[in-house]
Amino acid sequence: MERCRIVFSGSGGQGVITAAVILAEAAVLQEHLNAVQSQSYGPEARGGATRSDVILSADEIFFPKVLQPNVLICLTQSAYNKYHSILRPGGVMLTDPHFVETHRGLDAQRCEIPMYQAVLDQIGKPVVFNICVLGALLGIRPLVAPDSILRVLETRLPGDFLDLNRKALELGYRLGTDCAV
Amino acid sequence: MSEQVRFVQGNEACVEAALYAGLGFFAGYPITPSTEIAELLALKLPQRGGKFIQMEDEISSMCAIIGASLAGGKAMTATSGPGFSLMQEALGYAIMTEIPCVIVNVQRGGPSTGLPTHVAQGDVNQTRWGVHGDHSIIVLTASSAQDVFAMTVEAFNLAETYRTPVILLFDEVVAHTRERLLVPEPGVLPLVERLTTSVPENVNYHPYLPREDGRLPMSDFGGIHRYNVTGLFHDMWGFPTEDPKTVHELLRHLVDKIENRTHIIAHYQTYHVEDAEFLIISYGCSARSARQLVEDRRLRGDRIGLLELQTLWPFPAHIVQQLSAGKKAVIVAEMNTGQVTASVKAAADDPDRVFLANRLDGQFITHYDIRNVLRLVQGKGV
Repeated sequence: MERCRIVFSGSGGQGVITAAVILAEAAVLQEHLNAVQSQSYGPEARGGATRSDVILSADEIFFPKVLQPNVLICLTQSAYNKYHSILRPGGVMLTDPHFVETHRGLDAQRCEIPMYQAVLDQIGKPVVFNICVLGALLGIRPLVAPDSILRVLETRLPGDFLDLNRKALELGYRLGTDCAV
Repeated sequence: MSEQVRFVQGNEACVEAALYAGLGFFAGYPITPSTEIAELLALKLPQRGGKFIQMEDEISSMCAIIGASLAGGKAMTATSGPGFSLMQEALGYAIMTEIPCVIVNVQRGGPSTGLPTHVAQGDVNQTRWGVHGDHSIIVLTASSAQDVFAMTVEAFNLAETYRTPVILLFDEVVAHTRERLLVPEPGVLPLVERLTTSVPENVNYHPYLPREDGRLPMSDFGGIHRYNVTGLFHDMWGFPTEDPKTVHELLRHLVDKIENRTHIIAHYQTYHVEDAEFLIISYGCSARSARQLVEDRRLRGDRIGLLELQTLWPFPAHIVQQLSAGKKAVIVAEMNTGQVTASVKAAADDPDRVFLANRLDGQFITHYDIRNVLRLVQGKGV
């Protein structure tokens, strides 16, 4: 696969770091790719802007942070305002209109997907919002198979909760696939 | 094989390696960015029959691992700069009394409480000279989860081999970055176990009487032998002495047992150094940025190489001297004001051709930061 640099950004409690860890872990443990994941630490991780960087590659990864992401996920307005300028020209900007109003004129494949509303309407548990986002990401860019994400979730979650997450992943994947076309 | 592949932070790689090496006792006081080491060992060490104690501070943590090691166990503590400062007195005691132990310092910005959640490499010289008095010390570092594992196992081995504290000097980026770790099968990496005395019960045991090969077999404190341990200069019985010959010999022994084996203790990696005109020297997280620069520039045909140091002390001057010879320039990439740069200048044939690429603002140094210094040195401008 071609190297992909992804930045997840949002606010503490949205599960953006968890989503980033699950994606990178699935790439390494299930698909035998190389991946590194890191995150901003500190007081800002509690309620303020939260950021997690992931690099996926078939080759060895040296510099472990992302300076210019191919894919930028912004789940709050402040995260969007802070980070939108670092996206590589022509890269993917994934946002949720429930949280973020994007600028016109951004040189990006803009994917404004109402993931939060879809999770509320179809699943009713906002706690799985982050897995829906992960599903949407994989619908837009086939970085790893959704099954690989499920394998990782199986090691982390009890049965009932796993079902909710599976639904959220599938929901996001459908929404993402629609946007990718 | 799949159960051997893990996706972990550097801190977790350190924990896995310590358990692999046979860690029996951990005492510590959690502090960012080393906290995960204490957190994970609190869970895993008791499951393996080991002991975990959260102490009231770092002074007592250091003292506790000295006691545990003297009583026969492999012992470790983990901290960051502020805690490491508190450990210096007891660290000196462990050096003087020759008690094997491993101290992890995951560096953050300093001095004082500094920048708790940001990256820095400012403790290099503190690991060497934080302890008062003449002495020597072994300090290892690493730039990836896999190397954290290897160096942690090596730290325990060197501690037992030379009866000395060994410091693992990591940094926030390596400690918190998650990546692939291949945990070796038990037995793949050699382990050095405690050398214990063959002196039977009711026969006098001399704790500081070397064998013919110079090594000092230990006897578990509180076991079958009664003996004295003191931070004062001591004789072969472990009792204080001011006898000039004994004092001189002990100090020489403490220094020489490490400095005379620099060539054995020196761990390092080289990348593209054979035909290099320019050499980057780096370590820890900065070495990843340096490696990125070297790989990028090689694609453009630049003859540039990297020496990544994994042993910082005793300083591998012979390797630095050999690899820097004849280079147009040597650039040391590190996140401080030039602590390793000073040692490189002292080792290099032409110190005027040694330059520093650094960052002091708590932000991780990038390959672009190092490239800018390289371009200045090359006369190309930034």
